[in-house]
Amino acid sequence: MTSVAPMLEFTHYQTEAFFDEMFAADGTVRPHYRKLLESLSALSVEEFENKRAAVDTSFFRQGITFTVYGDDAGTERIFPFDLIPRIIPQREWAHIERGLTQRITALNLFLHDLYHDQKIIQDGVIPPHYVHSAKHFRKEFMGINVPKDIYIHVCGTDLIRDHRGEYLVLEDNARCPSGVSYMLENRHALKRAFPKLFPLAGVEPVTNYPDELRKTLRYASPDGKENPTIAILTPGVFNSAYFEHCFLARQMGAEIVEGQDLLVRDDKVFMRTTRGLQQVDVIYRRIDDDFLDPSVFRPDSLLGVPGLINAYRSGNVALANAIGTGVCDDKVMYYFVPRMIKYYLDQDPILESVETYLASEEKDYTYIMENMEKLVVKSANEAGGYGMLIGPSATQAQVAEFRDAVKANPRNFIAQQPIKLSRHPTWTGDQTGFEGRHIDLRPYILYGDKVRIVPGGLTRVALRKGSLVVNSSQGGGSKDTWVLKNDE
Amino acid sequence: MLSRVASNLYWMSRYIERAENTARLLDVNLQLLIDFEGYVEEDERHFWEAVAWSTGDYEKFKETYTVTSSETVTDFSIFNRDNPNSVLSSISAARENARMIRDQITQEMWECINELYHLVQEQTAKEIWKGDVYGFFEEIKRFSERFQGLTDSTFVRDDGYKFLQMGKFLERGDQTSRILDIKYFMVLPEGQDVGGSVDIAGWVAVLRSCSAFDAFHQRYTDELTMAQVADLLLLERAFPRSLRFCLRQVDENLRALSNTSEGLFSNNAEKLSGRLRSEIVYTTVEEVFHEGLHEFIDRIQKRLIEIHNAIHEQYFSVPHIDRDAEIAQHRARHQQQQVQQ
Repeated sequence: MTSVAPMLEFTHYQTEAFFDEMFAADGTVRPHYRKLLESLSALSVEEFENKRAAVDTSFFRQGITFTVYGDDAGTERIFPFDLIPRIIPQREWAHIERGLTQRITALNLFLHDLYHDQKIIQDGVIPPHYVHSAKHFRKEFMGINVPKDIYIHVCGTDLIRDHRGEYLVLEDNARCPSGVSYMLENRHALKRAFPKLFPLAGVEPVTNYPDELRKTLRYASPDGKENPTIAILTPGVFNSAYFEHCFLARQMGAEIVEGQDLLVRDDKVFMRTTRGLQQVDVIYRRIDDDFLDPSVFRPDSLLGVPGLINAYRSGNVALANAIGTGVCDDKVMYYFVPRMIKYYLDQDPILESVETYLASEEKDYTYIMENMEKLVVKSANEAGGYGMLIGPSATQAQVAEFRDAVKANPRNFIAQQPIKLSRHPTWTGDQTGFEGRHIDLRPYILYGDKVRIVPGGLTRVALRKGSLVVNSSQGGGSKDTWVLKNDE
Repeated sequence: MLSRVASNLYWMSRYIERAENTARLLDVNLQLLIDFEGYVEEDERHFWEAVAWSTGDYEKFKETYTVTSSETVTDFSIFNRDNPNSVLSSISAARENARMIRDQITQEMWECINELYHLVQEQTAKEIWKGDVYGFFEEIKRFSERFQGLTDSTFVRDDGYKFLQMGKFLERGDQTSRILDIKYFMVLPEGQDVGGSVDIAGWVAVLRSCSAFDAFHQRYTDELTMAQVADLLLLERAFPRSLRFCLRQVDENLRALSNTSEGLFSNNAEKLSGRLRSEIVYTTVEEVFHEGLHEFIDRIQKRLIEIHNAIHEQYFSVPHIDRDAEIAQHRARHQQQQVQQ
């Protein structure tokens, strides 16, 4: 009797109560996943596991790892990658693209206004105390002009889908969004894993991101520079995103520098090279405001460049992103973005936000306190999934802790209804096969002479069963994202 | 290019060369022992003492291991992380440098170093002893050769390339002289003569450790002598691992950086390099032995260190910036500007 090798299949796959990217509620495959399903069904489990292992080895060999410090040998781990791509049909992407373009345009207008005349506050659209109490609002930078009035050059806006399949904006990351190198490496890995599937599927390319980034950064240069020198300022080799900094530098043909490699003289920024000082015009900085310049911000920062802010203020160097964009990452400010879109563009938001309650508003405060176990409560300025309470799955102790925190500092908290995040088939091993896991999407929006958004972005997946947290530091992984040229 | 980057390229290259040379040295000497039927335990110990001395910090070796044997010396030279010159330490360092300049090297070059690192890191002396010792050394050599090949065929011939070359050849010159010097410390077992079979085997090992065995036989057809080996390894113009050849590479790359013609120098590194190179060009092997092989080598190694220091001074070290003064100065200006706003 010959035994047949077990093939990949989805017969036991459950969408349960969630919007599933691949399967409709009745279990039929969505049209834009049909070709993928066919290809997968032709593979045995063994072949699939082999492909997985090959991709993991490739990531390991290339050093696309993050180091777990605190371990003597400095163990390196790969950011877990799931082979099944997330697929977006063209018409959905067009909608996302329009929404993101609208959003970043409004955010840049907001930042310019915020750091100049503050008309949005004077016209009563945003209460002033929210701005003044915003942790990352840099009052000292009011009145400073930035090249082309652009504040956010690179933005990572996180999107989720609710139970209706509607795309919602979860948050903006307007300071130093990272992860784009995973987007590029994931695509590279998938092309090698499924070489036959790619040409058939009609997927929009992403490999031009470094090119687009370079154009965006060139445009950000102070006026009068025919061939601006661009540098990427990195915290250094011990930063977990260092690989990405190097990757982008190499692909763009830009220099990668650390704080110690730069010097400011006459309010101009120079690189210390083997042939003397060379001026830098645009700095794509992957260091937070606080660490950028010890003569202005944190004096103990060894990562920064003394005098950088003087050069910035004098208009001799452009910083991407500009100083003070962190105010947009503030989850309280997020609440006002729909109003910003209305105020600056006279439009309704194309991409909706998640319904949000502000703890510093009396009505909302009461609601939050009375319903905390049912809500998601977030602190205004934390990242990485920290400082967050997921009421329905929290312990009584955790809820009590948050209640106290909100009471002590209501300005620092918002709350939202829990969203039933969409799920995507994800491989959980040869025993359990494919199971649904929650995902989000982080497209990367570049703002220069025009808005450039590379189709797709990073799809992050919460690998632990039932988990809603997709961040790498807390059990997250990623998938390749395919935007199709057509709708299927 | 950034001084830091130049330094990283130089050191990455030096460390890889060091790792390869150490691996080859161990490999050859392990094989040599098999040929020595006449060696008693005492002789073997002397033999390995000499090898241990040449590859790293002899003091540290004595502190760490109670026994001197092929296994302990292999462990010390290959795997010991506390020995900064061990193969693992060298490759780790090469990899760290490579990581810092990932934007300068090609993907394949990086993957090559990365794979080599993981290969060495995952083994221990005990394991390779049980398994295939020679296969392990072969792997290391193969990776190094691949790295050299990739560099040669894909690295753009810019300033960065010159730093790679300088690092490699300075290290190689140093290693060749060290390996030659080991023989000085190897005591012949009792009953064996200078020029006898054991002695000759030792010189053969020296040649093999420098990948010079075939080159030697191309040049010399009669019986092997110490003078000939020294001549090939130190003074031969056309052999790519000789001291003379290495010095020429260092000298030419240095002057190419500053665009200085031969016969002239524009900085201290070029002066020292030109001077040493000249000396080697105009030396005969008789003069080397007249001074004493060991004394000559010792002097050369000191000169090589001087050249290294001069290169560092010229290209890698940046004028010390008093950071606190910088911060204070810029803070004053910043406050001044704020008032003006």
